[in-house]
Amino acid sequence: MKRRTFFKSTAAAGAAMTAAPAIWSEAKAQARNETLLLITESPPNSMDIQGVGTNRPSYEVSWNTYDRLITYGVKKDANGNDHYDYTKLEPELATEWNVTPTSATFKLRKGAKFHDGTPITAKDVKWSFDRAVSVGGFPTFQMKAGSLEKPEQFVAVDDNTFRVDFVRADKLTMPDIGVPVPVIMNSELCKKHATAADPWAMEWLKNNLAAGGAYKIERWQPGQEVVFMRNDDWQNGPLPKIKRVIRRIIPSAGNRRALLERGDADISFDLPPKDFAELATSPKLTVIGTAIENAMVYLGMNVNEKPFNDVKVRQAVAWALPYQQIMDSVMFGRALPLFGGADNLSKGSYWPQKDGYKTDIAKAKALMAAAGYADGFETTLSFDLGMASTNEPLTILVQESLKQIGIKATINKIPGANWRGELLKKNLPMIANAFGGWLNYPEYFFFWCYHGQNAVFNTMGYKNPAMDALIDKARFTSGAEYDKLVKGFIDIAFEEVPRVPIFQPLLDVAMQKNITGYRYWFHRQLDYRQLVKS
Amino acid sequence: MLNLLLSRLATAIPSIVGVVVVTFMLTRLLPGDPAAYFAGLAASPQAIAEIRTKLGLDKSLPEQFVAYVGDLLQGNLGNSLSTGQPVVTEIATRLPASAELTLFALIVAVGIAIPLGVLAAVKQGTWVDHLCRIVTTAGVSLPVFFTGLLLAYVFYYLLQWAPAPTGRLDIFLSPPPDITGFYLIDSLLSGNLETFWSALRQLALPAISMAIFSLAPLARMTRGSMLAVLGSDFIRTARASGLSPRTVVFTYAFRNAVLPVITTLGMVFSFLLGANVLVETVFAWPGIGLYAVNALITSDYAPVQGFVLTMAVLYVTLNLTIDFVYGLVDPRVRLES
Repeated sequence: MKRRTFFKSTAAAGAAMTAAPAIWSEAKAQARNETLLLITESPPNSMDIQGVGTNRPSYEVSWNTYDRLITYGVKKDANGNDHYDYTKLEPELATEWNVTPTSATFKLRKGAKFHDGTPITAKDVKWSFDRAVSVGGFPTFQMKAGSLEKPEQFVAVDDNTFRVDFVRADKLTMPDIGVPVPVIMNSELCKKHATAADPWAMEWLKNNLAAGGAYKIERWQPGQEVVFMRNDDWQNGPLPKIKRVIRRIIPSAGNRRALLERGDADISFDLPPKDFAELATSPKLTVIGTAIENAMVYLGMNVNEKPFNDVKVRQAVAWALPYQQIMDSVMFGRALPLFGGADNLSKGSYWPQKDGYKTDIAKAKALMAAAGYADGFETTLSFDLGMASTNEPLTILVQESLKQIGIKATINKIPGANWRGELLKKNLPMIANAFGGWLNYPEYFFFWCYHGQNAVFNTMGYKNPAMDALIDKARFTSGAEYDKLVKGFIDIAFEEVPRVPIFQPLLDVAMQKNITGYRYWFHRQLDYRQLVKS
Repeated sequence: MLNLLLSRLATAIPSIVGVVVVTFMLTRLLPGDPAAYFAGLAASPQAIAEIRTKLGLDKSLPEQFVAYVGDLLQGNLGNSLSTGQPVVTEIATRLPASAELTLFALIVAVGIAIPLGVLAAVKQGTWVDHLCRIVTTAGVSLPVFFTGLLLAYVFYYLLQWAPAPTGRLDIFLSPPPDITGFYLIDSLLSGNLETFWSALRQLALPAISMAIFSLAPLARMTRGSMLAVLGSDFIRTARASGLSPRTVVFTYAFRNAVLPVITTLGMVFSFLLGANVLVETVFAWPGIGLYAVNALITSDYAPVQGFVLTMAVLYVTLNLTIDFVYGLVDPRVRLES
């Protein structure tokens, strides 16, 4: 390159702006009407729900592209919105089933096919269930929660009949078959891509579907978007109304809101509570908030170290939290209170429910004095930075409030990637955290969060043999005795208060007025199959 | 010229080796346990241990490093855990997006900053000079994500002049055939004006936010360097010889003043690559900045290492290019080497 030509060419580059061509495409408007544009914060990282480290958005992909044997029914919630019904199991791939005390036998739908046209047989079901209990990690763990533990339990009786033999009577077994994990995979297709080192085709299924569900994947650009196309041959449920779904990542919450308000996007989760509270009053949008089942945001205290080993100190904290302020200025009313009940006795065998604590500084001070901490003490209050939008204002309010009873809490922000590691160590004195369980049973929540087996989510390190006995027994009983057991462990939890329940979060979703049919699911992902765009 | 190039290349190699070692160590020293993170919500310690083994994190650091370098030599940067894809392919598909944005922003910035700087120097003390001062001060004072959000709010949300900030193209258009990876160029090459127009509209706001940020150093440097040259003896001689003001300013003064501007241009370009991270988040731009940030948040080692390595290589290439351009602009540099 010569000096002179170099100067000339740089000068020319500046003049490269062109006039606006007037182009209009009719196909575009047509596509817009048949397509649902879903905008969200995080992308799926796998097409395989049973893969290593599969994230929550991937559950959504799997839920809409794969079939399961059975699914859950639907009911109307208190606000008249559709809500899955965990008491009602309904057909998906299986048309009928027969449950005996030792086994469950499923009849598979005749004529059901995978996306590539192969008929779905009991052989595929067995292969898929075997895979779920064999690959380890989260899927195997979730199967175990329903006593689905080893391949010998699963029998392909003939092409259309599949049997599960029980290892023990467990009321979670049938519900567990309807969760996102046990999907039905095309076993022949998978085996083609399996190797000796990778018998379950983990590598291939990460990026490919071997599915027969309601939607196919038209395009997947990792980290950017997934485009779904309806499977018009789908037999295992009513044909979905929406032909195409684009699931696009918009990282900035402000822009997600702007897109919704301008009518450029159809539906979105993942906005701060303040935005949902404001959008709910907008005449252009529908906002549906459903209480997340079996979930709560709480303040946990380490019961194995001073000063929180003293129940009086924990009760003092429970009486000193600024509950209403948190509801108003952190959650903007987008949550259900879990405080301010009549007393600390449980009101029924459901969870979560209100305890008897409310903000009463005088009572808290008296308890502090009775525990020998009239002058207070210093401690740290930790939270997960990954959830800073609610945790940060929440902990600041708690810090202010605790100061009034002499507790000087330093706020300790822990980066998201580090949070679980810190929780595992169980040495943080005080934390603000959230937990939610898929299966809506109180004993399921308590098994994770209060039981002496000391799972990660028992963040307080709480151990109480009396409570453990009640939890263990509740899992295998029903009726009046079950109610008594559940009330028993809830009462202990309220009185001993190792964790102070604050509120039950809502799963909020905002959509255009012309979108109907939204259904709440326990997995908190969007089910495209029931949505209608008019 | 070739000798210069080779000697520069030789000095670049130790820097790249250094970067490899440092990024490897840094990602391991960072707090956070990827195994615990990727084990999911309901993981038992046993499940976490299984994942740790699968990721090879149970091996000693030197073993992990040897494995890493071995893979690197085969052009394998590992797999991203959060998107599930090989890092090499991801960077290869995302780099053009970032490069298109950065280069476009740079062209806009140069197109405004250099005339502004030259004018401010020639008409020192007039309103043009003051305008230049105001624009540059405002430009450096506004953080780039703020400008981005503000522009999106005004031009998309309020005025509806700009398209929705949803990435490189309108959602209902499909990308042009992959020739260079630059949508503007690819759509023109394939003769698809609708795509070109859409890509240009999507590019406008993020590129302007970045251009505003990078205007300041360029304009200030042009002005300063022009002032110095305009005050020197040979310009006075040229003026005294009766050459037209146009010839004096452009042929004699500007060409001599442009060298420090090129140096600044190199620096600004590297700034912009950093500023990308923020702009890409605001405008959902599928570039490598966004990719790296997401990887950092999730302690996803492989993409972070890949990103830093790519950036290091880019910087080295950039410096080499600037050295080369020096030679084109100023023959003395060529002779000295």
